[in-house]
Amino acid sequence: MELQAVLMAAGGGSRMTDLTYNTPKPLLPVGNKPLMWYPLNLLERVGFEEVIVITTKEVQKMMSTDPKMKMDVKMKLDVVCIQEDGDMGTADALRHIQQKIKTDILVVSCDLITDVALHEVVDLFRAHNATMAMLMSKAHEFTETVPGQKGKKKTAEQRDFVGVDQSGKRLLFMANEADLEDGLTVRKSIMRKHPRMHIKTGLVDAHLYCLKKAVVDFLTENKSISSIRGELVPYLVRKQFSKTNNHQKMKDDTDDQTQKKNDGSTNNELLISSRDEPLLQLTQDRSCWNDHRGDMSEAYHGGKLRCYVHIMDQGLCYRVNTLAAYIEANRLAPKLFEEPAVHSSAVISERCQMGSDSIIGALCQIADKTSIKRSTVGNSTTIKEKVKVTNSIIMHGVTIEEGCNLQGSVICSNAVIGRGADLKYCLVGYGQRIEPEAERTNEVIVGTDQLMEI
Amino acid sequence: MADSGVTDGSGRNEIERAKSEGKELTKEEKQRLRKEKKQQKKTKERKDDKASQESEKEKKPLTSAAPVSQPPTQTAIQKAPSAVPVPAPVSVPASEAPAPADKPAKSKAELKAERRARQEAERASKQGKKGETGQQAATGKPKAPPNDLQPVVKRLPEHIQVDNPDVLKKLAKKLERQQIPLRSDYGYKVSLFSHLHQYSRKAPLTQQLSIPSTVIHPAIVRLGLQYSQGIVAGSNARSVALLHAFIQVIRDYTTPPNEELSRDLVNKLKPYISFLNQCRPLSASMGNAIKYIKKEISNIPSQCKEEEAKSKLLNCIECYINEKIILAAKAIAKSSIEKISDGDVILVYGCSSLVNHILCEAFEKNRKFRVIVVDSRPRLEGREALRRLVQRGISCTYVLISAVSYILPEVSKVFLGAHALLANGYVMSRVGTSQIALVAKAFNVPVLVCCETYKFCERVQTDSFVSNELDDPDDLIVTRKGKTQLENWQQVPSLGLLNLVYDVTPPDFVDLVITDLGMIPCTSVPVVLRVKNVDQ
Repeated sequence: MELQAVLMAAGGGSRMTDLTYNTPKPLLPVGNKPLMWYPLNLLERVGFEEVIVITTKEVQKMMSTDPKMKMDVKMKLDVVCIQEDGDMGTADALRHIQQKIKTDILVVSCDLITDVALHEVVDLFRAHNATMAMLMSKAHEFTETVPGQKGKKKTAEQRDFVGVDQSGKRLLFMANEADLEDGLTVRKSIMRKHPRMHIKTGLVDAHLYCLKKAVVDFLTENKSISSIRGELVPYLVRKQFSKTNNHQKMKDDTDDQTQKKNDGSTNNELLISSRDEPLLQLTQDRSCWNDHRGDMSEAYHGGKLRCYVHIMDQGLCYRVNTLAAYIEANRLAPKLFEEPAVHSSAVISERCQMGSDSIIGALCQIADKTSIKRSTVGNSTTIKEKVKVTNSIIMHGVTIEEGCNLQGSVICSNAVIGRGADLKYCLVGYGQRIEPEAERTNEVIVGTDQLMEI
Repeated sequence: MADSGVTDGSGRNEIERAKSEGKELTKEEKQRLRKEKKQQKKTKERKDDKASQESEKEKKPLTSAAPVSQPPTQTAIQKAPSAVPVPAPVSVPASEAPAPADKPAKSKAELKAERRARQEAERASKQGKKGETGQQAATGKPKAPPNDLQPVVKRLPEHIQVDNPDVLKKLAKKLERQQIPLRSDYGYKVSLFSHLHQYSRKAPLTQQLSIPSTVIHPAIVRLGLQYSQGIVAGSNARSVALLHAFIQVIRDYTTPPNEELSRDLVNKLKPYISFLNQCRPLSASMGNAIKYIKKEISNIPSQCKEEEAKSKLLNCIECYINEKIILAAKAIAKSSIEKISDGDVILVYGCSSLVNHILCEAFEKNRKFRVIVVDSRPRLEGREALRRLVQRGISCTYVLISAVSYILPEVSKVFLGAHALLANGYVMSRVGTSQIALVAKAFNVPVLVCCETYKFCERVQTDSFVSNELDDPDDLIVTRKGKTQLENWQQVPSLGLLNLVYDVTPPDFVDLVITDLGMIPCTSVPVVLRVKNVDQ
């Protein structure tokens, strides 16, 4: 078997707590499909037959009842539950399922919506025998107004500095602004080997990684690494240029390995060598190919650890981990698939004005004289007469009474909007009731118990 | 027809009975089963063909000429009408190959006589038909003229018949059967070379494969990618990488029940080889390596246990690499060092792993010489050769091939590497090698070709057009000072980009071939081949 897919669906959605108060992040509806359906669909389309899903018990229960997941996902899902409140990072989760992992893995996050040609990333991993290959994308500005945001949008996100080589494929440098106190330091060893490096900042990390099995074994030894994105990836990128790696001559594999095990101080070395190392070395010696030119070193500078990145410049790639991203994704995700905008079981009266880019979920009831433009309406929602819904996202089970006017808002599940209410750029939490004739602009309306949650 | 059907039926019942009783099928029974399956398949095919080609006039003289339906003649009939664009005598004798080995019914001489009679009849009908069928003018393809004396003529390989739609269809069908995606050609092909494949590097074959590849072993997918992207380039490197991938395939192989390892493993390897061929056409050295492995696999006795057989095969592969590549390089280096004297100026072209090895060894043995590295676009492999030599401390000069006649007066010897040595003594090597040899001959500079014996090939070629490889034409596009002139070359209707990979050097330009068997003149290649075949 070549690759095993692992879907990380245990994340809490810490940057959009208003939305995830009652619905866990993997099951938030985007275009009336649960969020985790999108990466699963991507994996299914390229040909995976099994996926290991790491999630919480709550999500597992909801997954088994969700109709979309049951019908559309034909792959075998091996669900592994972990504690929800435990401080388990993504790397900790990988350590947890170490027994199941028999070969190289492809780690995907549940909040990734993309139409990337996955073979681009995996080809880098295969062709260069890389230790890690990841996917990044040029970030797009979010144009929609986000409810509850006062004033101009501040870049609360810390920037990522990503250094790539001339070809744009080899990952040389990765650091987050938060980790850099004084400034950006670039080691001389990198500059000596790659004198021309392009540093990019406007990139979104798609959290899609191909990792060698040796990395998973390394993680089991090193319990100090808890997050893939935050710790493992920068560690691997740094390790490419460390001295010990380059001088690793695996002349006698077994000897070296036993020695390393006995030597306690070096047991956290990443051992990447295959059984047929001499043959691979012979091939590289006889091949007249080099990945760089201008200096006297052989291909890859003799290093065994290599990290590659594929940077998408066209196409969709979103990580739905903030409210702004969620709204943007709802706008664009439906365009990925050729599905009918209106579900067959929805009951829509004839005098309803529906824009072509609106999506209506199953079992909806939409009465006369309503106007729905550029919006997503979830399942089992009731919309009474003379309602105007523009640019909004309405989740499941919502009731909207007559005469309401909703603009640019997000209404979570089971909410009730009283008659004549006028909401502009508001976020209405789960199960909230908006009193009739209310007029709210740019507010986040959540329950008091929700406010108490930190 | 009817009686053979009855015998088939009775034979089948016997075997079914044996199976149902739970007995192990003996070797003869297995052979018989296989023969019957083949016959059934052939009759089925013939029926399909007959149904679709009722209207063909050619059928009539042929069916009348066939007295008794025997498998060889059956295939002959069905092949002939379907091969209208390809000359009949080429395809008919080729179908002799799949005929079952033991045919007790008729002796070989009688079969031969029948075949010849049918060929005459076909040729007669062909003359009549030639005026009617509007054949497209085959572009520069040398077809073997119909030879009365030799009924066995080698079939033209498909990779040099790309402009023939029938051959392409057959290839597509074969790939579909093996579940391998078909790689489509890219861009406008220069008319002289339109019979060859031309692929684009930006459209890898993996686009059409599922990501955890299940049909093709992951080691083979990786290898195919490395070939098509040029990461593994050079005849020796490609063979070693191929054998390394086969080692991994054999390690992961398990014999399915009721199958023999010796037959099943060969069948498993066939789709892999097609896949690699689609990624990049196989080199002669790879072809010989594959032949060797297939022979070793088929020679595994059937009573050998699986573990034992696998370790035996892995051992064979290791020995092959050791003998034919590593030790051969050592032997060639030893003999070449005698030819390098102090004060020599040696010219090398491109990056040949063997020539680099020789020069490094000679330098270790304290010979004083300097090297001139000649390089050419678009691959610019000479830079890699330059790097390796300079790293050792050899003093080098670097020129492009356009300056070769300027620099040749300084040169005392020319060392060239070879991709393959053909049976008529021609040397097939990187494009540009024949130019170097030609200019060196004009200046009376000795040309020495270094080549291991496993690269000797039974093919015969006298020009570089017939069989060659077309690389990605976009490699020729270069950006200088921010301007890319050839960016939109596809829009210009009269412009074609040609990126040839190989060319052939005639033996008159080569003074000596240094092989692991010694130093031989170019014309002794067929002798070496004959000796090799006798050995095996």
